Amino acid sequence: MNDNNNHNDKIIIKGLNFYYGSKQALYNVTIAVKENEVTALIGPSGCGKTTFLRCLNRMHDLYAGNRYEGEIILDNANILDKGLDLIKLRSKIGMVFQKPTPFPMSVFDNIAFGLKLNGISKKSELAALVEKALKDSALWDEIKDRLNESALSLSGGQQQRLCIARAIAVQPDVILMDEPCSALDPVATAKIEDMMTELKRNYTVVIVTHNMQQAARVSEWTGFFMMGEVKEFDKTQKIFTTPSNQMTEDYITGRFG
Amino acid sequence: MSKRYLMRRVFNCAALSGSLLCAVFGIFFLFWILKDVFSSGIGAMDMAFFTELPSPPGVAGGGLANAIWGTVLITGMATVIGVPAGILAGTYLSEYGRKKRFASVVRFLCDILVSAPSIVIGIFVYAVLVKPFKGFSAVAGALALAIIMLPVVVRTAEEMLKLVPDATREAALALGAPHWKVTLQVVYRGAFRGIITGVMLAVARISGETAPLLFTSFNNAFWNSNITEPTASLTVTIFNYAMGPYDDWHAKAWGGAFIITFTVLFINILSRLLLRGRTGS
Amino acid sequence: MMRILDRHKRDRFADFLFKGVSSFFALLIIVLMLFLFVVLAIESAPAIKAFGFKFIYSTDWNPVRASFGALPAIYGTIVLSAIAIVIAVPVSIGIAVFLTEMAPKKIRGPVGAAIELLASIPSIIYGMWGLFVFAPFLSAYVEPFLIENFGFLPLFRGTPLGIGMLPAGFILAIMIIPFISSVIRDVFLMVPPMLKESGYGMGATKFEVIWNIVIPFARSGIMGAVILGLGRALGETMAVTFMIGNSHDLSISLLDPATSISATLANEFTEAVDDIYLSGLVELGLILFAITFVVLALSKLMTMRFAPQKGRGKA
Ligand SMILES: Nc1ncnc2c1ncn2[C@@H]1O[C@H](COP(=O)(O)OP(=O)(O)O)[C@@H](O)[C@H]1O
Ligand SMILES: [Mg+2]
Repeated sequence: MNDNNNHNDKIIIKGLNFYYGSKQALYNVTIAVKENEVTALIGPSGCGKTTFLRCLNRMHDLYAGNRYEGEIILDNANILDKGLDLIKLRSKIGMVFQKPTPFPMSVFDNIAFGLKLNGISKKSELAALVEKALKDSALWDEIKDRLNESALSLSGGQQQRLCIARAIAVQPDVILMDEPCSALDPVATAKIEDMMTELKRNYTVVIVTHNMQQAARVSEWTGFFMMGEVKEFDKTQKIFTTPSNQMTEDYITGRFG
Repeated sequence: MSKRYLMRRVFNCAALSGSLLCAVFGIFFLFWILKDVFSSGIGAMDMAFFTELPSPPGVAGGGLANAIWGTVLITGMATVIGVPAGILAGTYLSEYGRKKRFASVVRFLCDILVSAPSIVIGIFVYAVLVKPFKGFSAVAGALALAIIMLPVVVRTAEEMLKLVPDATREAALALGAPHWKVTLQVVYRGAFRGIITGVMLAVARISGETAPLLFTSFNNAFWNSNITEPTASLTVTIFNYAMGPYDDWHAKAWGGAFIITFTVLFINILSRLLLRGRTGS
Repeated sequence: MMRILDRHKRDRFADFLFKGVSSFFALLIIVLMLFLFVVLAIESAPAIKAFGFKFIYSTDWNPVRASFGALPAIYGTIVLSAIAIVIAVPVSIGIAVFLTEMAPKKIRGPVGAAIELLASIPSIIYGMWGLFVFAPFLSAYVEPFLIENFGFLPLFRGTPLGIGMLPAGFILAIMIIPFISSVIRDVFLMVPPMLKESGYGMGATKFEVIWNIVIPFARSGIMGAVILGLGRALGETMAVTFMIGNSHDLSISLLDPATSISATLANEFTEAVDDIYLSGLVELGLILFAITFVVLALSKLMTMRFAPQKGRGKA
């Protein structure tokens, strides 16, 4: 923990417990997500990575019975506060899902959707911002002629990059990604990884991944989850070379049951 | 041993042929009915049928223009009342009330209402609209039909909205969209084709209804576009004409049956194709 | 910044409004159901007061003398529905078996669709076709045969008119077959494949698997489907009105003209001039509605557990 003073803490999670009804899924999670860096979350399936990620934009609030304890501090405010405006929170924190989630409308409208929410309605302004988002996500050249086609007609990889473009179009502070490449082929995966390096210049990224190499390639920080707890959280390089926890080592070397 | 085996094979064969016969039985009646409606009804199709008023009993010629118009008018009004109400209630069931007790009560009652006797709905509307205002009217007929289509629309709207993946809703919410915008601009858009199909089927169903119109919109031998007056409909006219003693009336009734049956059939087949096109893509 | 704040306030209000409006229309369904019962009860109060239970067991229906005994109509409704069920259920099970186990994949769709199209034909068309085509056919070929060979049973005495309880029941059967068979088909599809495979694994024939595994597994669903068909048959109006002959005389023979609740309503409601007559008819409607409500609720409860599980999955 030597050079972490380069970046500020963007999100500080303190003693977070989470319950699906009576079933506890997260235990006392305490980590800090650094600004403009990529934080990767790894761990065996079912260990609570998705659950944790969805706490950060309060997605769990959609379903009755879910409950949080602890604190998640974003820009000096606890986002778990009861009175918090979820709409405002979510426009600050973008999310990309495990499978592509194109809206049932044209490619253009998919990206314009979030922009319109933020009050942008002038045609020319929209067009410019859509183009910028598509260029930032390296999708422009591929689909600039298909902007009016249904987003559902794109390939899986293109759909996923469209979803990323849609998320960054509204210029959030943080982008959450839940195994964004798990449904994609290697070529599409490589394209998205390339994007990620670009993204962290302007955004704070938290990515859940199943793929250890991916975590090693794209992230500065890595958290290892197991059974709802964070067993180890440190610099990626440290985690992958000299982990301090035996379980982490077992997991990343593949000796895990 | 092998005799027993043979018996089992024979029995199996017989039973399975029986099931084939059952399917043939159903299809046989479908085509028998359609054939007669077609052959007896096609003869009545001429210009006058669509443009002229009924001629007096026994006098040849004339048409059912007023009844055709009446059916369109009443069905149209019913659709205007029933569809928005049904879609909104379906929206509640799919978007707000998935695990709520209140929603399952609504679902339960809808499923009962779908199969409830339509003539009882006619009596109900008679009691609340016809009797107090002392007169049959197109509005009363439309209200009865709207009540009949309501549960159909509610349930199909719910089903179709539920086909939109939750991940899509979450993705829109994650962009900071408010719930109502997600529903209106994303969920409805995804379910559009399915809902339209459901509405078409509901319209087809009510346009063939007779019983609830008998004592609500009643009948009228003339043109009527005043929605507070008794209004002819194709189905009630078919009923009166078919039960009447004149051959000419019977021919007209078959003509009406032809129009209703094939319109309803066409809509049904069309909506099937529409839905299939969707799952195919 | 001001603009953003405004938007959030507006959005919250719009959210509230939209949820409110859609909840209102959902509530409307419940209110409507309540209203149906209440209004029918109020309107039939005079008749209930005047005739009491006699309304249900008296056989004398004579509007001129203001005597209203609904037994013939109630009896007709029940017998008619029973006939329809007896015919429709085996055929529907056969169709469901055909569609799920027998038919090659390619023809399942078209055959299933054709059966379902039977349900889309309006009731009045069945009635008219029945009266003009099917009744003459029955009276020329089928009923003389029945009378000659089974005339020793009181059920099959009378003149071969082609209309009456049996013809109406038969038409009704065709009308409810699509409803029953489609529910049974859905229920059959819910039988776990492993269960069937374990039957085949023991060397059972297709029929034996269906008879010993599929049908027992689906029993309560089949019952639910049958009861749904019953609910449909009880309230069916126009086809019955054409085919039943509209006679308030009670007769044991299934070939004699009879009446049902729905047919009585369709024929007499607009002719009822005095209040007590009208009230009596509404009471008939109330009885019909109450019976079908109970029957349909039962059916729903029985098929509920076979509903495809549409649990809400997470992203
Ligand atoms: N909606 C839910 N209701 C109840 N339990 C859930 C729900 N979603 C996930 N879980 C449980 O929470 C735990 C963590 O799941 P998840 O966060 O999806 O793991 P991961 O993403 O690491 O694979 C698992 O045991 C899972 O079964
Ligand atoms: Mg996960």
